[in-house]
Amino acid sequence: MKKRSVRIYYVSFLLVILGFVLFIFLKTFNDNLLYYRSPTQLINGNFPENYIFRIGGMVEEGSLVRVKGTKKVRFFVTDFDNKMLIKYDGILPDLFREGQGVVIRGHVEKDYFVAEEVLAKHDETYMPPEVQESLGISENSKNKTTESIQQ
Amino acid sequence: MIIEIGYIGYFLLLLGLMNCLLLLTPKFVTGLNVSSNILLSASKLHFPILLISFICLIATFVGEDYSLDYVAKNSNSNLPLMYKISAAWAGHEGSMLLWCVVSSFWMFLASIFSGNLHKSLRINFLATMGILNLAFLLFVVATSNPFDRTMTVPIDGGDLNPLLQDFGLIVHPPMLYMGYVGLSVVFSFAIACCFESDFKKEWAQWIRPWILASWSFLTLGIALGSWWAYYELGWGGWWFWDPVENASFMPWLMSTALLHSVIATSEKGMFKSWTILLSIFTFSLSLLGTFLVRSGILISVHSFASDPTRGIFILFMLFALIGGGLIIYTMNSKKFIDDNEVTLFSKEGFFLLNNILLVTATFTILLGTMYPLFLDVLGLEKISVGVPYYNAVFIPLMIPLMLLVGYIPILLSRASKNAQLTQLGVILILSIILSLTFSVSSILFFIGIFSATWIIVNILYDVILSLDNRIKLKNRIGMYFAHFGLAIFILGASVSENNKIEKELVLNVGETKTIGLFDYKLEKLRELKSVNYDAIIASVLVSKNNQFITEINPEKRLYHSSESPMTEAGIHGRIERDLYVSLGNMVDDNKWSLRIYDKPFIRFIWIGTIFMVIGSIFSIRFKKKSL
Repeated sequence: MKKRSVRIYYVSFLLVILGFVLFIFLKTFNDNLLYYRSPTQLINGNFPENYIFRIGGMVEEGSLVRVKGTKKVRFFVTDFDNKMLIKYDGILPDLFREGQGVVIRGHVEKDYFVAEEVLAKHDETYMPPEVQESLGISENSKNKTTESIQQ
Repeated sequence: MIIEIGYIGYFLLLLGLMNCLLLLTPKFVTGLNVSSNILLSASKLHFPILLISFICLIATFVGEDYSLDYVAKNSNSNLPLMYKISAAWAGHEGSMLLWCVVSSFWMFLASIFSGNLHKSLRINFLATMGILNLAFLLFVVATSNPFDRTMTVPIDGGDLNPLLQDFGLIVHPPMLYMGYVGLSVVFSFAIACCFESDFKKEWAQWIRPWILASWSFLTLGIALGSWWAYYELGWGGWWFWDPVENASFMPWLMSTALLHSVIATSEKGMFKSWTILLSIFTFSLSLLGTFLVRSGILISVHSFASDPTRGIFILFMLFALIGGGLIIYTMNSKKFIDDNEVTLFSKEGFFLLNNILLVTATFTILLGTMYPLFLDVLGLEKISVGVPYYNAVFIPLMIPLMLLVGYIPILLSRASKNAQLTQLGVILILSIILSLTFSVSSILFFIGIFSATWIIVNILYDVILSLDNRIKLKNRIGMYFAHFGLAIFILGASVSENNKIEKELVLNVGETKTIGLFDYKLEKLRELKSVNYDAIIASVLVSKNNQFITEINPEKRLYHSSESPMTEAGIHGRIERDLYVSLGNMVDDNKWSLRIYDKPFIRFIWIGTIFMVIGSIFSIRFKKKSL
């Protein structure tokens, strides 16, 4: 009888420890998920400042402005429905170009997005799948709106 | 003339397919009793066939045969000869052919060196390798044929991605593939063992050199990749927890677990079943890595314009091989009965803990790598897992492992309690001194430095104790080197992360700024026209207390054929410190943005891995006795 209860304590102790470790583990995992949003989702949704996530789309043609004499740049990222102003104080990647896809990590501040990291695609024919998809979504919605107008 | 070479290459691929089928005939059509000579010679013949085919592919690159789609896309006439050759394995199709060549090479070796295995084991072993080779080659011929012709032959080719025009990238893929595919030998052997009536511990001894060899290649491959990312990507990081890196790191962790558990199996006949299962898992992870990287679901330099059928093919292969392997294992797992039971405070007990920690670490990385893909495939959400997750989960799992690594020599030498305590005192004092010298700022880095000192001092102590015992030293020298390398690696990682300075700044030409201990002056910029690119080269003068130290020349290149710009970092590398400068953009007249990094002891990271590989090579012992 006594031996058995010792074993029960032992097992339940192990389970508690294991459960705790698993909890910490999953919490860390959950805390570090970065969500991906398109400019449209960003404008429609409400995001707290200092909430970090990723936004992607095309760099709008002719929108890139460099603040003279500093590393600071700003540009618009668009999914062809909506666009978002991005501010970045840093060196842009080699493959960053207007009219091409980017994925940006950062957070919202007032009505613009502060970038912490800018990733550009690796070759001419390539577009990040996220970007492709968010562009695809808005393309569909565009078609829908034209359809409804025609009706 | 050159046109024909492409056809010869393709013909050889098909011949290789036939050869694989021939290889499998004795096993599956005629049964074991018929002479197995066909199998033995076919398994040796496969390598020369594929090698010549691969040489043909290289010849089409050198001969600029742009009627081949793959050549046209990955090379052009301005490319230096070295990169024309390496372009043969820089794209998807060629690199998959390289995979097949490497796989056939391992089968060749397995066929030659398996003469001392008894017949049924040897035949099942080589037949499994034959099935793998057939599957890989089928994949190349069906979905990724590098010898495909293009309808419209261009006058000149496209370009090799400028990022890949680099020596590191010439050697990185072959090394990595040698490691990945080497694990297929281990997998095949494990499967063959499942078909035997019992498991002899000598078999574990037989397979150990193969595990060590693949592990060495894998380690070198990963280290080369990390080194390349460090100097070529221009961000100065050495590990990003990028899914592509994880894809190679997971099989590495698993094979590290395997090469420890196999020692217990070969010496004491313990963990038999577990070692077999680990062998299957390890190779499965290297296939999974290939699937992740090659199917194009991941975004990186490694993913090429992708074709969904490839992904589906690899996925199918993955399920068939892993599923098949696991089914065979489960059906036979009752056969594997351990000769001894494990106690915690023994070498084997430590191996068990080592395996638990390494496998747990592998699964945490697997979760972080696969979960986003899962959600994506289900269309639920697009997410990515941030670097802090990996650091928060992986590092705590590694700390007890490092303590175990350091404790192993003490455990083996059975030192007295007093001696152990003195040793611990010495180590504590040493690591505190080291931490003060490097002004360590957090408990984590202190733990890093402590574990490195802990490992090194304990190894030295054990070496001194066993100086007069030649045999013992000879047996342990591999372990000493590998573990010493690990300690050097930890030291490098801890100190470079703790003391690094990373600055992005703007400098006028002629302006000087102080960062850390050094003054950096942007002296001048000049232009350079090279064969296939134009470059702007900056000259940055580094000095300390007005004493000139060095000139660093970061470059910004513009490649002609693809018009893609590229940053070539300038590195002043010394063993104790790297000064790293990379050029940003011109932000105003005569004014440039720059990245300036100061990374002390970062080279220890790669030096450490070299020691690990040396240790692993020292541990290779061949079993000559017939089994």
